[in-house]
Amino acid sequence: MEPRPRSFYVLSAFFAVFILFLYGPTITIGILSFQGEGGGLTFPMRGVSLYWFYDLFEQQAVGDIWGSFRRSFVLGLMVMLVTVVVSVMGGLAFRRKFPGSNILFYLIITSLVIPSILISLGVGLLFSQSGLDVHWSTSGFGAQLTWTLPFGLLIMFAVFNRFDKSYEEAARDLGASPWQTLRHVVLPIIAPSLIGVALFGFTLSYDEFARTLLTSGSYNTLPLEIYGMTTNVTSPVLYALGTLTTVFSFIIIGVFLCIALIANRRRARQSSDAGKGHI
Amino acid sequence: MVSPLVAVLLIFLVLPIVLIVIVSFWRATEFSIIPAFEFDNYAFLFGSPVTYTVFLNTFKYALITWAFTLLIGFTVAYYLAFHIRSLTWQIALFLLCTIPFWTSNIIRMISWIPFLGRNGIANATLISWGVIDEPIEWLLFSDFAVILAFVHLYTLFMVVPIFNTMMRIDKSLIEAARDAGANGAQILWNVIIPLTKPGIMIGTIFVVTLVMGDFITVRFMSGSQSANVGRLISNEIALLQYPSASATAIVLLVTVLITIGILLRFVDIRKEL
Repeated sequence: MEPRPRSFYVLSAFFAVFILFLYGPTITIGILSFQGEGGGLTFPMRGVSLYWFYDLFEQQAVGDIWGSFRRSFVLGLMVMLVTVVVSVMGGLAFRRKFPGSNILFYLIITSLVIPSILISLGVGLLFSQSGLDVHWSTSGFGAQLTWTLPFGLLIMFAVFNRFDKSYEEAARDLGASPWQTLRHVVLPIIAPSLIGVALFGFTLSYDEFARTLLTSGSYNTLPLEIYGMTTNVTSPVLYALGTLTTVFSFIIIGVFLCIALIANRRRARQSSDAGKGHI
Repeated sequence: MVSPLVAVLLIFLVLPIVLIVIVSFWRATEFSIIPAFEFDNYAFLFGSPVTYTVFLNTFKYALITWAFTLLIGFTVAYYLAFHIRSLTWQIALFLLCTIPFWTSNIIRMISWIPFLGRNGIANATLISWGVIDEPIEWLLFSDFAVILAFVHLYTLFMVVPIFNTMMRIDKSLIEAARDAGANGAQILWNVIIPLTKPGIMIGTIFVVTLVMGDFITVRFMSGSQSANVGRLISNEIALLQYPSASATAIVLLVTVLITIGILLRFVDIRKEL
């Protein structure tokens, strides 16, 4: 191996600082959420306690944290499921040109770049003008899909751009029906990327704020609840909540990564036995 | 196959935009909005000096954030793509960079408070080093804090596409350049940067649109002292002035789409995925 150039060490230091910049603040509020009872929003720590976490579980005056967490979780699962299914279908359809495919592609890009507040305002107006009530599971759900679907679709486009069509041809030559080809050949090959789409679907929904602001109705999702707290709560209880939601996000990410890892291992183990033959 | 996708986009993207366009011509009274067809909202918008200040401010945020995210994002992607030699390490470090993207933006904004506050870590450190005598007031709730938060939240959107294009650069091109006598800087400038342009463009599109459409970061990090177009719209919504909010929203949308249209001339997204 050739020796490392000097720029390697400079860039390594830069990268380390960047990682510190990314994680430092989060770690800080993680530490500060264990602040003692008399402690404030910054250092020094006045003792170490779980006081603010207890406070979080008891205090009901701020709002309905656990209710909003439950809603966000359910909404995240709904968005995740629909994002995966619709993205796969869209990705499959976009493999060949169809009437309007160009317009649809630019609509997807628009959906990605449009300022979130327009979706919030527009969907809110749509529901109020047509006499429907806004609710997190209807208008909020749809508004979030306009954010998660473009990500899911872009991943699927990238996957199918690299997809080797000869697998499908082989399946067809062996007499598989279109459905069998999809079920037994295409889907297993793209399965690992679906884990990525699912991760995007869930986390983007779970953390989404702007698009749910005017579309969730009287029952808040968790990000809206947290945002409400920032305006009237000035104690480390805010950090405790922040730490808990971040830990929850890390667990979700960890679960998805583990599934991806296991799926990859399994695929490596069960991979083709071509060429091994029976001797 | 595409019908569910078309349905979602029609109901939750196209219809809402159409409705915003329609409502932007309506009239607002103190307690309700009345269907009409008048240009008062636009006339007021373009007649007010506030509009121009706020739009200028929005462009300022976008431009400064873009410059910082590009510099940092390119450097990080370059390090990962060309200095890390094993694929496993590349993936691991890349994941380390992307994980914060999957956590809450609001929490990540809140987490700057203990750093930047009047008695925060930054001020305390600077005072103990003797750099300053009194706490700096402009660390939190200022344009500085807004830009810092933007860079913190959105650098990832530069790292990912730039890293993606860099990984697809044929390494033999770089060897060829070196054999032809190019030094490191020349390789970077004449080989790597031109080949990375599509990734840079995609990252630029993400960062510029996210910053231009933002209203929450500006509100939170400036302590309501600065404004961009997003905040203008959200303030009008809070006052139930839906027609004027709609007019402002349409002007913002047109501005964003023109910007993206210009950027898309430099890159074919479908080819780059």
